[in-house]
Amino acid sequence: MHGRVKISLTINGERREADVWEGESLLFALRERLGLPGSKNACEQGECGSCSVILDGELVCACLVLAAQADGHEVVTVEGPGFEHVQQAFVEAGAVQCGFCTPGLVVATAALLKQTPDPNEDEIREALSGNLCRCTGYAKIFDAVRLAAERA
Amino acid sequence: MSASPKTVLGWIGESVRRADGTPKTTGEFAYASDLQAAGMLWGHTLRAPHAHARVRGIDLSAALTMPGVHAVLTHEDVPGRKTYGLEFHDQPVLAIDRVRYFGEPVAVVAAEHPEQARRAAERIVVDYEPLPPIADPERATESEPLHPARETYETGHYLDDPRPNVVRSMRVVHGDPDARGDVVVEGTYEIGTQDQAFLGPESGLAVPDGEGGVDIYVATQWLHVDREQVAPCLALPEEQVRIHLAGVGGAFGGREDLSIQIHAALLALHTSRPVKMVYNRQESFTGHVHRHPARIHAQHHATRDGRLVCVKMQILLDGGAYASSSTAVTANATSFACGPYAVPNAHIETTCVFTNNPPCGAMRGFGAVQTCFAAEAQMDKLARALELDPIELRLLNALAPGDTLPTGQRIDGSLPVAEVIRRCAALPEPAPEELPRPAIRLPGGAGNTTRGEGVRRGTGFAVGFKNIAYSEGFDDSCAARVRLFADGSAEVHCAAAEVGQGVTNVILQVARTELETEDVRLAPGTTAAVGSAGSSSASRMTWMAAGAVRDACRAALAERESRGGGEVDVERVYRHRPTAPLDPETGQVGDLPAHVAFACAAMKVVAEVDVDLGLTRIVWIGTAQDVGKAINPQAVEGQIEGGTAQGIGLALMEEIQTRDGVITNASFTDYLIPTALDVPPIVSELVEDPEPDAPYGVKGVGEPPTVVSTAAVVAALRDATGRELSRVPVRPDDIVGLT
Repeated sequence: MHGRVKISLTINGERREADVWEGESLLFALRERLGLPGSKNACEQGECGSCSVILDGELVCACLVLAAQADGHEVVTVEGPGFEHVQQAFVEAGAVQCGFCTPGLVVATAALLKQTPDPNEDEIREALSGNLCRCTGYAKIFDAVRLAAERA
Repeated sequence: MSASPKTVLGWIGESVRRADGTPKTTGEFAYASDLQAAGMLWGHTLRAPHAHARVRGIDLSAALTMPGVHAVLTHEDVPGRKTYGLEFHDQPVLAIDRVRYFGEPVAVVAAEHPEQARRAAERIVVDYEPLPPIADPERATESEPLHPARETYETGHYLDDPRPNVVRSMRVVHGDPDARGDVVVEGTYEIGTQDQAFLGPESGLAVPDGEGGVDIYVATQWLHVDREQVAPCLALPEEQVRIHLAGVGGAFGGREDLSIQIHAALLALHTSRPVKMVYNRQESFTGHVHRHPARIHAQHHATRDGRLVCVKMQILLDGGAYASSSTAVTANATSFACGPYAVPNAHIETTCVFTNNPPCGAMRGFGAVQTCFAAEAQMDKLARALELDPIELRLLNALAPGDTLPTGQRIDGSLPVAEVIRRCAALPEPAPEELPRPAIRLPGGAGNTTRGEGVRRGTGFAVGFKNIAYSEGFDDSCAARVRLFADGSAEVHCAAAEVGQGVTNVILQVARTELETEDVRLAPGTTAAVGSAGSSSASRMTWMAAGAVRDACRAALAERESRGGGEVDVERVYRHRPTAPLDPETGQVGDLPAHVAFACAAMKVVAEVDVDLGLTRIVWIGTAQDVGKAINPQAVEGQIEGGTAQGIGLALMEEIQTRDGVITNASFTDYLIPTALDVPPIVSELVEDPEPDAPYGVKGVGEPPTVVSTAAVVAALRDATGRELSRVPVRPDDIVGLT
């Protein structure tokens, strides 16, 4: 396709390069070109949070960032380091059903706990309100966040 | 059956961690949209922009010359049967001469990049002659038939209805339908179109095998029924179509019908390359069936002391453009119309019609959600008219084993209606919260729209029930295969679709319990290695898989015993007890029951309403559910919490909007589902009353919370506002102006 660009970025601590079409999102590049399908493609318009990643320390929806914009920047995805205690808490609390929202919620939870290590229920609800889950009704996700906070 | 001694970890009754939990949290779990293959192309579907139009011609020439394009296919390229469907093959694989709904597939494209495929699809020129759409289901039976050739359908045991555009009509006449009570209440209720809105979009990968056959990796609810529909359209014998379960990102009924299966396979066989298809969210909203919107008129007669005398109901379901599973939804809406109450006399008439609205089919609750909303509103109305406590009224009329349903079926298994009502009613409600409080704990939430002025609190109660497994004579079965190895380990094959509900753990827990070993693996689900499991739907999979795996494990142990050791490999098919159709004229059972078993739930909801702005906040929910036997209590709670959230959605926000059949809100920006701020704490009581016929006494648990929660939420809003609120979703306009 026309309009191809080469990008170079740090993903999960590793230097990576990709040859992308200029219209591709960071989400597409991660999933289809860089072998990192953990970030999910549920709405591709920033409504559901399933593609949440950390870009230069900020929680973002990878579907709303162009791959070319991420050139030279630092991205952490659910496949990256630093999420283990959150992942373990999600499994133990029964916060996973179909799991499609889970990677985004794991990343969003880690971002919350970094900023607010001991969040109350209102803070948890507000912080995760950008991550849709259709299976769980959220109750066990809140349990998982509290469990991860206790253990951190 | 008495429980086995607890000899192994992860046996029946334990809250076992999900086998797929860790890979789902790390991103390693492969969903259908994550699949890759060498040389893979991307497929894209061109969909109709009209709800109803004649297709006069299709010009592919411009699309074929677009960069990266390998194939552009229409109905002419479907080598076998041109139509498919779950119950009737009435839906074209690709439109032939007419489109009947907005978003109906017309052509498919394969290209090297998904954007190339989308752009090529835009260059396909379709000559449409728009036709007036049937958008109002009330007028469907007076309109030109959408399926003129429908008389060729084998409608078997259905009531003969000569009107055009009737998918199925049904009548239940029980006792004396003209019996009158001392008190009569009446109401008309309306339920909007709900979408399953599973998060993982329809996706899959078709890989040609080089010998004319194809492997399809897809997110689905029933591998074998997919194959049954796919193979004839591809003009292939079933052995040459192998369907494999790819990771499923939720289903809720929306994956019972085919999505990408035939389209991707056609493109793959045509190009001799693997072809991947992934719907985007907009396409997902148009690309699957929805919950039937309904209009229900109900009249309830009772004695002065509160005993139900007679229930009359007319139910209109909009089936949309194609049949899908509408006939079974019709049967369920009719069978459970009165709710879990003893009703000596009844007259229920249901009509499900074809329209040019989005096609409807299976969604969690399957016809019982709509009628529960109407029936429970009627019970509350009756309680008010009789000046009785609504919970007392429900207890007074609660169905119990030995009672008879309006279909004449006697309840011969478990159905603890009074118990779930009592246990739910006993759950303590939280005390009203003080003011001032953080905005997030008020209606309007972080929008900071009130400091508490204009906020009223209400409490609602509802009870609901539905059937477990397939009904009306369907030959419902599940196969499982167990291999025992010399090292003591075991491998289980079962094609039950893990859609997120946790059937993987059910299978492993049953196998560990029966084989008394922790060393059990579950092989990937595929049509190539084991017989049909039936569908992950109708709250049936836990029961059916537990039965099949139990039987296969016991047979495997017996065979090893008789051979004196060594490796064994056995497959067993489990069936629940037989059912039979209802009488088409009266809707009454004959010698056999129409439904296998039932499950019920009661729910209490506390809500706050800002009557100045029409905004709501659900404060708390308590529920007691009849679960038979909880194989994995944590997973059962998860089903209850998630199922309740979907009912909150239908009560407050979820509705597919259409204008002349065209969907106008196909995105998560415009079709809202409950977020972390919308679902309150949910307290669930698991009522374990074993089902005598079921393996280990289990019942399915997925649907009852969805059946009952919409009714319970709206009951709380009625209590807070005093308004009738006869339509869901309840809109802010329905609540404002109460000063």
